[in-house]
Amino acid sequence: MLLIKCPYCEEERPEIEFSYAGEAHIVRPTDPSKMDDTAWAEYLFIRDNTRGVHYERWYHIHGCARFFNAVRDTISDKFIMTYKMGLPRPADVEIAKVKE
Amino acid sequence: MVKYSAGSLFANALHGHKKWPKQWPDAAPKTSYDVIIVGAGGHGLGAAYYLAKKYGITNVAVIEKGWLGGGNTGRNTTIIRSNYLYDESARIYDHAVDLWDGLSQELNYNVMFSKRGVLMLAHSVHDVQSFQRHIHANRLNGVDNQWLSPEEAKAFCPPLDISPGARYPVMGAALQRRAGTARHDTVAWGYARAAAALGVDIIQNCAVTGIKRGTDGAVRGVETERGFIGANKIGVSAAGNSSVLMQMAGLRFPLESYPLQALVSEPVKPVMPCVVMSNSVHAYISQSDKGELVIGAGTDQYISYSQRGALHILEHTLASICEIFPIFKRMRMLRSWGGVVDVTPDRSPILGKTPVPGLYVNCGWGTGGFKATPGAGNLLAYTIARDEPHPINAPYTLERFKGGRLIDEAAAAAVAH
Ligand SMILES: Cc1cc2nc3c(=O)[nH]c(=O)nc-3n(C[C@H](O)[C@H](O)[C@H](O)COP(=O)(O)OP(=O)(O)OC[C@H]3O[C@@H](n4cnc5c(N)ncnc54)[C@H](O)[C@@H]3O)c2cc1C
Ligand SMILES: [Zn+2]
Repeated sequence: MLLIKCPYCEEERPEIEFSYAGEAHIVRPTDPSKMDDTAWAEYLFIRDNTRGVHYERWYHIHGCARFFNAVRDTISDKFIMTYKMGLPRPADVEIAKVKE
Repeated sequence: MVKYSAGSLFANALHGHKKWPKQWPDAAPKTSYDVIIVGAGGHGLGAAYYLAKKYGITNVAVIEKGWLGGGNTGRNTTIIRSNYLYDESARIYDHAVDLWDGLSQELNYNVMFSKRGVLMLAHSVHDVQSFQRHIHANRLNGVDNQWLSPEEAKAFCPPLDISPGARYPVMGAALQRRAGTARHDTVAWGYARAAAALGVDIIQNCAVTGIKRGTDGAVRGVETERGFIGANKIGVSAAGNSSVLMQMAGLRFPLESYPLQALVSEPVKPVMPCVVMSNSVHAYISQSDKGELVIGAGTDQYISYSQRGALHILEHTLASICEIFPIFKRMRMLRSWGGVVDVTPDRSPILGKTPVPGLYVNCGWGTGGFKATPGAGNLLAYTIARDEPHPINAPYTLERFKGGRLIDEAAAAAVAH
């Protein structure tokens, strides 16, 4: 079981308190009816599925009940960092710094 | 290749079984091939075998980053069934079951395909209704499936607890008699041996690190840990790592890779006559010919390439198994492991051509592709040889996610495996 630090509760809690909510930073299109099928399929279905550093959403459902974002290495399953919703995607240099 | 028979067994017994020849040679890569298959799981090895056997293309290499059969082929719980809902699914899974029949004879290798029956338990009114709908749909498609009352289910599988007070009451079950299990490793080994005998090179410990394309966009070959290997046709059959391989060719796919775990108990005398699955409580169980109970869990919630999963997933599964089969409460578990399964949004595979000329793909089998092994191998071989899909895999395109013509087994069946 993973230990996950909720950026709102500022505490490391066991994974069973959380649910995974898919890839992060996928912006919902403001006007779907104006999109072509390719762009719509991309939004709905296509995912990075990165082997390595992955940006993803988690939901602290059995805690504060808030969504937040995380950077995690999908080879080791280790969390690199978690951050509050609305903050920009951390840059590679920031991630490298934490990883050291 | 030595033909395995009672005679060869007897002759080798005279030498104390110390003189059996190697089953296949460990090939070193040539500079180029007509076709390269990436991934030596059952699907990739099967594709190589059928390319050589049925479609006359023998200058083929199967390139594997680890050892053959070490991926999901060697990690799965070997349930083989074809009782999926949709017409497209009925055709593709039944095609595979047709090939499982007679596979041992064809490969001269005992894959231990055993049609012991798969029983899917209904625990709620919703289960009963959706299973009965399934049974009718299956029968309209000529796929064997039948409804059993709780008493009939108990007669078919005596360890089952059907008492009304059970935590997960059994309200009936769907039984596919034609379904069952096979021995996972022997499927990979049997295809490897038969393909190698037809001239296929099987190259292990050689990860593919890049896919090279020409100025026309078409594939030219693969970069590997052991150098460049040329080919104008490449079939990728890399299960959990399919996204990674597709990215090497500049393609993004509708796939997510999740951990899926299984475990086995200490071996005991025969007690489970069939396979039992319970989708609503995420547990399935059978007994291997060695005597171990083989138990499978659901996927973990997050994507991962670690080939490991969380303990609470196993606890959840074992708790359900103990409720459904109180007789197993004191069994000890021997080993557990995980694989990486590539899941599509509609839980149906992608098998066919890609937008890159010369690049073919077989992926997205997710939690349930072992049963499809011979069928997927044959269909991938056909698609590569003819440069067009077989009618059975024609609906399984990447483009269906754009056009909206999904084969939505996820919503239809809530199927696990
Ligand atoms: C725990 C578990 C239980 C399961 N239970 C069932 C079940 O009961 N019934 C069922 O039908 N299905 C089941 N499945 C699913 C089934 O195992 C798979 O769908 C099926 O085995 C996939 O076969 P494959 O040959 O495509 O994949 P694999 O056997 O995984 O083969 C893919 C190969 O590609 C190789 N590869 C990856 N990347 C590279 C690279 N860069 N270069 C070279 N090679 C590479 C891998 O090393 C691997 O050997 C289960 C899976 C798991 C994990
Ligand atoms: Zn919280």
